[in-house]
Amino acid sequence: MNIENTQSLNHNTFNSLSNDPVINITNVAKAFAGVPVLQDVSIQLYKGENLVVLGKSGTGKSVLIKCIAGLLRHDKGTIDVFGKDIKTMRSREIDEYRQKLGFLFQSGALYDSMTVKQNLEFPLVRSGKKLSKKEMELKINEVLENVGLPEVINKMPSELSGGMRKRISLARTIIVDPLIMLYDEPTTGLDPVTSDEISTLINDVQMKYKTSSIIITHDIKCALKTANRIVMLHEGMLYREGNVDDFESSTDPMIHSFFH
Amino acid sequence: MKIKKLIPDSKVIPKLRTVTVESITNVGAKTVAKAEATGNFLTDVADVFLFMMLVLRGTFSRKFEFREFLRQCFQIGVKTLPLITITGGIMGLVLTIQSRPVLVDFGAVSMLPGMVAVSLIREMGPVITALICAGKIGSGIGAELGSMKVTEQIDAMEVSSTNPIRFLVVTRVLAATLMIPLLVLYADMFGILASWGGANIKGDVTFSLFIAQAFGAIDFLDLFPAVIKTFFFGAVIGMVGTYKGYHAGRGTESVGKAANSAVVLSSLLVLVVDMIAVQITDMMVL
Ligand SMILES: Nc1ncnc2c1ncn2[C@@H]1O[C@H](COP(=O)(O)OP(=O)(O)OP(=O)(O)O)[C@@H](O)[C@H]1O
Ligand SMILES: [Mg+2]
Repeated sequence: MNIENTQSLNHNTFNSLSNDPVINITNVAKAFAGVPVLQDVSIQLYKGENLVVLGKSGTGKSVLIKCIAGLLRHDKGTIDVFGKDIKTMRSREIDEYRQKLGFLFQSGALYDSMTVKQNLEFPLVRSGKKLSKKEMELKINEVLENVGLPEVINKMPSELSGGMRKRISLARTIIVDPLIMLYDEPTTGLDPVTSDEISTLINDVQMKYKTSSIIITHDIKCALKTANRIVMLHEGMLYREGNVDDFESSTDPMIHSFFH
Repeated sequence: MKIKKLIPDSKVIPKLRTVTVESITNVGAKTVAKAEATGNFLTDVADVFLFMMLVLRGTFSRKFEFREFLRQCFQIGVKTLPLITITGGIMGLVLTIQSRPVLVDFGAVSMLPGMVAVSLIREMGPVITALICAGKIGSGIGAELGSMKVTEQIDAMEVSSTNPIRFLVVTRVLAATLMIPLLVLYADMFGILASWGGANIKGDVTFSLFIAQAFGAIDFLDLFPAVIKTFFFGAVIGMVGTYKGYHAGRGTESVGKAANSAVVLSSLLVLVVDMIAVQITDMMVL
């Protein structure tokens, strides 16, 4: 019995208890200038689970989570979050939804013109929570401690290494205690040790803050370590859905090439 | 008239019959391409218009990003000061050194301060300062917003419940609109100061006399239109820079493109606005 198996078992019992998905994506399609990227995607994210999304480069994984965050508008289908379609939300409702949302961008997206501290303050100030200076300071130190980088607080993003930037962006994302986390390739471009640390952090976030997460990745180690459930996209369609065991034991050539 | 002649001419009709299927599809493809090109142009125009509406709405919204606005005023105003000092100084000096011999020939050296002041304040100061600012500020804004777009920083801002138009665009457009007139006035003043220096290379004028003669030559109709147009220069530079940056494509090379086209377009538009302003002033004076 390895850890992944127990995790997926946990998930199965969990899933049967809470049937309401936090995010319910049904038949979503999205095209750019007539070129379809997502064709017909239906995925559910359940409360407290880590859902890994696999897929080749260019299949529209980033587009999908940008649609979930309301950064891109999907053409067809619905994306229900907490029971409401984001397309029909008013801008106030979108703001409220985004205050419960964390988004780790593929490129990190740290604000270049701000120090690490200012980067971390930004979502705190804007989240609508009225925190005192002292409380903010505590919170900033706490998340920096969580990602293991308390010493870089006064540095500029350009002074950090790639792995450090990823971790600071993760800190900036979790600082508002999100209920939903969207990770866009959290470990790409990092060495195996740092990748493993990030995967551990993702699991820590899940345990600590009880978040429901969508994790997009090519990194199979990260997927195995974090996943409660896996879906695979291919050419804008849902290709396969299952738990870690299903995927590992699959004889499908495409899945096989991902896992071996 | 020509059409009337054509219609009874029966030779036209057989000609029409010989049109082949291929040529029709050819024409069809061409028309589609043309329609697409005009469509692109129209969507571009619509895009610019929409962007301006968003900026206007953001400007008059209650949630004004005051701190970011002040930061931008500092960035645009204070950080450009050294450059504008040099520009203003050189303008004043060159004007003086070049026109002095001619005025000496006519025995009209006493007109030098007034002449320099008027040409600086009416035209040289505003346009050259604005062009320099288009280079420095326009490209700066274009590159900054462009790289923020490409590296998903604008998306990240949006996820943090921050409206990027209000936070990034409105603040920069307003800061440019307010700061560039101040920079122009500063360049004018420094230019007049340098002109006094230039006049003293070969001649001998006291500072108070020079200033008195310079300001004596300026009337309201020199100053007022010149100041008004600088607000438009500032708005143009801010708008073009933010538009180009905000609409940068994907991939790093589009950052360079955004900065580059921001400079080219805003310099051009500064000159166009100047031409319009000259026409309007001319009509007002008459
Ligand atoms: N804003 C956009 N405008 C136009 N096309 C886009 C846009 N965003 C994505 N695309 C296109 O959509 C397709 C899918 O892109 P996406 O970034 O979602 O891929 P991905 O699955 O995340 O790949 P990767 O694993 O390499 O990040 C690509 O062909 C891309 O060119
Ligand atoms: Mg991607």
